[in-house]
Parts: sequence; C-alpha cells; structure tokens
Amino acid sequence: MASINFLREKWFYLVLLVVALALPFLISNRYYFQIVIMGCLFSITTLSLNLILGYTGQASLAHAGFFGIGAYGVALLTKEGISFWLALPFSALCAALIGFLIGLPTLRSRGSYFAISTMCFGVIISIVAGNWIDLTGGYSGIVGVPLPNPLSIPLIGEIGFQTQVAQYYLVLFFLLLTLLVMHRLVHSLLGLSFMAIRNNEVLAGSVGINTFTGKILSFVIANFFAGLAGGIFASLMGSISPSTASLELTFNWLIYLLLGGAATLAGPIIGAFVIPVIMEYLQFLAEYRLIIFGVLLIVVIIYFPRGVMGAVNNLRQKARDFSDRKKGAMGAASG
Amino acid sequence: MLLQVKSVSKHFAGLVAVNDVSFDVRQAEILSIVGPNGAGKSVLFGLISGMLRPTYGQVFLQGEEITGLKPHRVAERGIARTFQTTALFDQLRVVDNLAIGYRLRTTGGFWSTLFHGRRWKEDKDRTTAQVTETLQFIGLANKAFHFVSTLSQAEQKRLSIGVALISQPKIILLDEPTGGLIVEDTDQITDLIQKIHEQKKITVCLIEHKMRMVMGLADRIIVLNFGSVIAEGTPAEISRNPQVIEAYLGAGSNA
Repeated sequence: MASINFLREKWFYLVLLVVALALPFLISNRYYFQIVIMGCLFSITTLSLNLILGYTGQASLAHAGFFGIGAYGVALLTKEGISFWLALPFSALCAALIGFLIGLPTLRSRGSYFAISTMCFGVIISIVAGNWIDLTGGYSGIVGVPLPNPLSIPLIGEIGFQTQVAQYYLVLFFLLLTLLVMHRLVHSLLGLSFMAIRNNEVLAGSVGINTFTGKILSFVIANFFAGLAGGIFASLMGSISPSTASLELTFNWLIYLLLGGAATLAGPIIGAFVIPVIMEYLQFLAEYRLIIFGVLLIVVIIYFPRGVMGAVNNLRQKARDFSDRKKGAMGAASG
Repeated sequence: MLLQVKSVSKHFAGLVAVNDVSFDVRQAEILSIVGPNGAGKSVLFGLISGMLRPTYGQVFLQGEEITGLKPHRVAERGIARTFQTTALFDQLRVVDNLAIGYRLRTTGGFWSTLFHGRRWKEDKDRTTAQVTETLQFIGLANKAFHFVSTLSQAEQKRLSIGVALISQPKIILLDEPTGGLIVEDTDQITDLIQKIHEQKKITVCLIEHKMRMVMGLADRIIVLNFGSVIAEGTPAEISRNPQVIEAYLGAGSNA
C-alpha cells in the first residue's frame, strides 16, 4: 500500500541482523552471552505484549501466565520423552487456545477492567502451578528439563544445543520469526484495524470493524508467542517453577515495552536488551533500583509516551519537516 | 424505498428521547432532518446505525430488518455515518483513516496477511486505488500522509465524510457535517455533499442546523421536536408550515 512506507526501517533491520549474526564472535564472556540469550527471549515476549497492548490498546497483564503455560507444557512433554520440536508448537498452541477461552469473557471489558481481569488470570496460573503438585511439582518446580533435541539437517549434519552459541542461534531464529510475523501484521490492513480499535473502539465499530474479533485475534497471536518463548525458556534453563509465570515478569516486560517504545517494532527489542543491562549495572543499589525505574517510567510516559523509539521517530519527523520547509522556502524564492 | 424507520422509540430511564418516529428515505434523495437542540436527531442516527438499540420499533434497509444489529454489521449492510463531534482516528494519518474505512470491503484475514497471499495482494491493490480516488474526491490529496491532528477543522470534517464514503455505502448519514464551520467552509462541504449525491448516486440523510443550507440542498425535510416528527415535506412546504415556525422561532412570531 502506498500509505505504508517502511523502506527506511529496512536498513535499520539489516544492520541489526548483521550485528546479531556476528554476535557470538564479538562476545566471549559466558555471563554476558547468557544475558544476550535472555534478551532475545524477552524480546519475543515484549514484542508479543506489544501486539496486544501497544498496537491493539488492550493492557493484558496475563502475559507471564501464558509464558508459564508454554514453559510447563514443554517441560512436562519433553520429560515424557516427546521431542522438543513437537512439544514447542503444541505448548504454544495450548497457550493460544487458553488465551482464546480467557479472551472470550475478559475482552468484553474495557481499559482497566481488562487489565485487572487478566492480572487475576495471571496470578491464578502461578497459584495453580504452585499447588497442583502431582503435575507441576509445586513450588519446587520441575527440574531436569532436557535441552532441545539435536536437529539433523541434510548436508550440514546434526546440530546439538549443548553450546551457548547454538542456543543463541536458536533463540535468534525464533526472535526473527516473531519479528517477521509482527512486521507483516502491523504493516497490513489487519494491523491498521488493530490500531483503529486502540485509537477509538466505538468509531472502529461504526466504520465496519468487528472490534471483538479483532481484539481476540490480537490476544491469541500475542499469547501464542508468549507460550513459544516460555517453551524455549524451559528447555534452555532446564528447570522452571511457578515464578516462571509470575506477575513480576509481566511487569518487567511492561517496563521494557513502555521505555523502549510501545507500538513500534524496534522499541520492545531495545527495551528488552538495554534495561536488563542497566539493571545489572545498578546491582549495587539492590531494591532501590526500582525507585529509579519508577521515576524513569513516569518521565517517559509524560514526555515520551511512545518510549525511546517514539522520541527517535519524532526527531526524524521534525528533521524531515525542517528540510521540507527549507526546500519549500527555496522553491518559493526561486519561483 | 431504501431505508424505512417504523414507529421507533428510545427511552433513557424514563426520558423519551425519540417517540414513535416513522419515516422513509427514498433511493437517491437528499433528506434532511432538522429540529431544535435536544429534539432527538442524533439519537435517531444512533438507532439506525446500531449504536443504540430502539426501545420499540423497527428499522429496515431495502426491506430487510436491521434493528438491533451491531454497528459493524449495519456498516457492512451499507449504512455509513459521521458523528456530530468529528470522530477520526487521530493517532493515525489521513491515508490510514481512509484505509480503515475501506477495511469492511476487504476479505483478507490472518493467514493471508501472514503469507502475503493472493487475497492480501488483491486487498492491498484495491485499497490503494480506493484511497487514492477518495483522497481526490474529498480534496485532501495534498494531505495524504499528514497526521489527523494537524488538519484544520474543515479538513477533518471532509476526511470524516471520506471515511464514510470509501466504504461504498448505499446511504450515508451525516450528523451536522458543517457544525462549527465558517461560511466559506460550509459552502465547500455543501458542494461535497452535492457531489456525493450527483456523481456517486449515494442517498444522503443529514442532520443540519443551518436552515439556509438545508433549504438549498435537501429534496425533502423532516422536522423533529421533542422526539416526534412534527412536519415532513419539501423545503418550500416546510418553510410555510406554522408548526415548524413555532418550534423554531416561538409562538406568535411572523418569520
């Protein structure tokens, strides 16, 4: 569509991709590399939270709950001997299906009511995980979740996932997959109808958009990717517990999203990488770190409601307007 | 008969906003609904477009009942509307607003969007063509990529008409399309409405306060007062109707 112009962003993604592919050669420290792997995983969750919250305007606080469903699904299935490559899509689909069932009642409420009802669901998931001892092992969780089964690829041979580098490329693959799906959705009529719901739900309905179906679809897709990330997490970490589905995780992703830039594609990734690093550097402040993030969040929401990426886009727009005006003035002078 | 409103009433907790209103909108006419503030004109539009459910009565489009349908279903059937306080997607650009208005005439869902399938491609091409055409028609081609919040009041009114128009409706309901505009802008909107009527052959039903404008534009006029129809007829008939003169200017006036 003529109206959707993302050529400029394509360069941005290309540079990002090259850096991402070369990263194992740039980082040798195992600890930092682990942070990068977690950054990729949490980019997936933040990107999917972005779809329902940033683009569709529905503040789901059950995101870690669906992450947890994916994680427990993969943990339980792979411990039974089922291949990771079957368990992962199955668990993600379970998260999507449960999302659909939860969305049916909760998406009929709006604004803060939706946030509260999904938050309750998120809490219920982690309570169930903590108390259904026969299935989930209770609060001690599940340990000894196997790594993803080796993949045998013709010509290349077998790829195992014991090494950090292989694990990194695994999460990077799924991050790029998520990014591709989000990119296609957001730059489409379907994505525009999500944004219409966010902007003015009543008007969206009156111009012929089925707002309820739109919200359900967005919620289901978001939860599918939350479950996907959860499944990968369980397999790579090797152990999970009810804290895998905790509200705290949802709020972390919320901070990544809001500071990085809601309703942008780069914002959630920037947030998911930069904020954990800042958190690491602020270790010495212990719990006081949260005060800094609280203040930062307030400042960002007041002055940069679209986060870092929103501020960058604003600057670019201003620069373009300025050069347009300059050209216009020169045109007027010569004409 | 394109649209039939049959004995429609709307009560809000004891308050009767619309009381037993019946009227028809004929194919390809411009019908104007006039009346003092609080006469129930906008509520009537809400009842037709599915935003409100009538307490009593029925609404038919081309003989098919549409009473109580959800707004998006009514829009799909071919009734488009604008709002009194100009309603647009103000976080988005002009082109995005128009593309959203055309969404109901496209069929692509999740999978075709994901795999850039045949439907997605068709939708994209059709939407681009429609948006381009509508931009020309409403005279906003030079503002295509501007954000709605940067448009003037008159431009926003034109865009909101464009969003209704691009959905290819059978009938378009305009709620005070010139409300709050200066005379020059009012004339432009009047021209646009006439153009919709003549070139697109779309039936127009509009709520308007400016009697001078309505007299020149409408084929027929319906006058509402206190939720009831008090007069119906051609502009010439309405301007001679003593009840209308009383409702508008007060009893004993010789206007």
